[in-house]
Amino acid sequence: MIEGLAAIYIFMLAGFTGYEIISKVPVILHTPLMSGSNFVHGIVLVGAMFALGIAESTTEQVIGFLAVLLGAGNAVGGYVVTERMLEMFKPSKKETDGEGA
Amino acid sequence: METIIQASYMVAAVLFILGLKQMSSPVTARRGIVWAGAGMVLATLVTFMVPEIIDSDQAITNIALIVIAIVIGGGYAWYSGKNVAMTDMPQMIAMYNGMGGGAAAAIAAVEILKARTEASHDLTGSTSISDILGPDVAILGILGAIIGTISFSGSIIAWAKLDGRLNRSKLLPKQHLVNAVLAIITVGFAASIYFSADLNTIIIFYALALVLGVFITVPVGGADMPVIISLFNALTGLAVGFEGYVLGNAAMIIAGIVVGSAGSLLTQLMAVAMNRSVANVFFAGVGTDAAAATGDGSEGVMKEIQAQDAGILMSFASQVVIIPGYGMAVAQAQHKIWELTQLLTEKGVTVKFAIHPVAGRMPGHMNVLLAEAGVPYDMIYDMEDVNADFKNTTVALVIGANDVVNPSAKNDTSSPLYGMPILDAIEADNVIVIKRGRGAGFSGVENPLFFADNTKMLFGDGQKAASELIQAVKEL
Repeated sequence: MIEGLAAIYIFMLAGFTGYEIISKVPVILHTPLMSGSNFVHGIVLVGAMFALGIAESTTEQVIGFLAVLLGAGNAVGGYVVTERMLEMFKPSKKETDGEGA
Repeated sequence: METIIQASYMVAAVLFILGLKQMSSPVTARRGIVWAGAGMVLATLVTFMVPEIIDSDQAITNIALIVIAIVIGGGYAWYSGKNVAMTDMPQMIAMYNGMGGGAAAAIAAVEILKARTEASHDLTGSTSISDILGPDVAILGILGAIIGTISFSGSIIAWAKLDGRLNRSKLLPKQHLVNAVLAIITVGFAASIYFSADLNTIIIFYALALVLGVFITVPVGGADMPVIISLFNALTGLAVGFEGYVLGNAAMIIAGIVVGSAGSLLTQLMAVAMNRSVANVFFAGVGTDAAAATGDGSEGVMKEIQAQDAGILMSFASQVVIIPGYGMAVAQAQHKIWELTQLLTEKGVTVKFAIHPVAGRMPGHMNVLLAEAGVPYDMIYDMEDVNADFKNTTVALVIGANDVVNPSAKNDTSSPLYGMPILDAIEADNVIVIKRGRGAGFSGVENPLFFADNTKMLFGDGQKAASELIQAVKEL
């Protein structure tokens, strides 16, 4: 469990990290990057799994189910569209239709 | 086991950050998303081993439900993500983002309900949510609930507007006043959840937050949508980070806050590129003040040119700069334009693509659309890099773009676009504008470039005009 001061440090450092990452990104990648960061907050899926995993009442299960459903949509959808966009970025010199990854 | 799980979450968080970092260069970007994806898979798998889940009373039912929900939600997103057209990408991102916000809000709901159940064991009825959760968890949990819910309903409205399913920009008279009052009431209900454990309060709170998201987004003009989507993206990140704190999950905190701050900066960059302040986006529709400020008599004569002549002009040019706008993508002309580019390059013409930061529906959207057509990214230039080059340009070909080349943004203080950075197409020896009709642009503002001495208009549908240009160049 992360508490108090430690949590504040994490919040702060994570904030700086996000700022640093974006400030060096060329405009041509802004859309894929927004999409990529959209994918990253798909980690909410993990929290949703946790919420449903420890659900006790039916109401909690219904809401938890909804949370996992939405979270999975965020993570999977975010990945698929980002990957599709980035796959298309290719330089002039026609490499042998490189895989990139 | 606990250590392995925590360590895996940390690894996932590091993979997210490294992945985002690699996305900052087109060369490594593809690898970046794969790394982040690996982090997500790791974090998801390891969550199935969390002791609280395995040891819960209804472990089997709950785990089965988790799997079913992932298959349905993930399956739908996989299918829609694979099939969405590149032009529709912004609204799809809005949709997935809204889902994330909704998930964060739902997590908060489960936590609040759990705390309520626990509080109800106290028969005096004086135990509040904050007594059970502790003030820090309660505050961040409820904040995440508000933010996530607004992001959820707001993103759905953004999706509907961009997808052309919702066209109205006004719901009620004095919308902004209504929104302000509604926001205050919502915060009031949020506070009373903190101090009580009343079920009705919780339900009304969520309903109000949902309505607030709708009300905030409906008045936002189409041109401002990217700013809103980006803002909701940042907000969802924040909500995820807060709920991560509630659940004590480091990966959620780090990933959520990183996205929250990165998204805020991105929102700011977009707003600056469009010459709008973020506050302005919320409290004024650009269409309304623009309409009042037009009619400033930028009357004149538009000179027409035929595709034949335009083709000749470009074939013998030393440098052609193509300025694509969203209109090109709507007309699906990018493939033709790329074909034209290849023909011109064969004839020894230097061809560059000039991209305004807000070309398309989002910054960088145009790059994606061009990439889809096969245009290599090293032919594509940002505004700052290409503006000085227009002086050495024989032909600036504007296709489907309007406001981003409007010179009144530079020299007409009364223009609603005044102050917005533009592409200096007007500096080129010749400007050819491919345009469907004579009307004003997306923002409704008249464009003096179309009446300039060195400008010639090529009227017609983007794709058809591009085909004619190709034909003209080929025939030479």
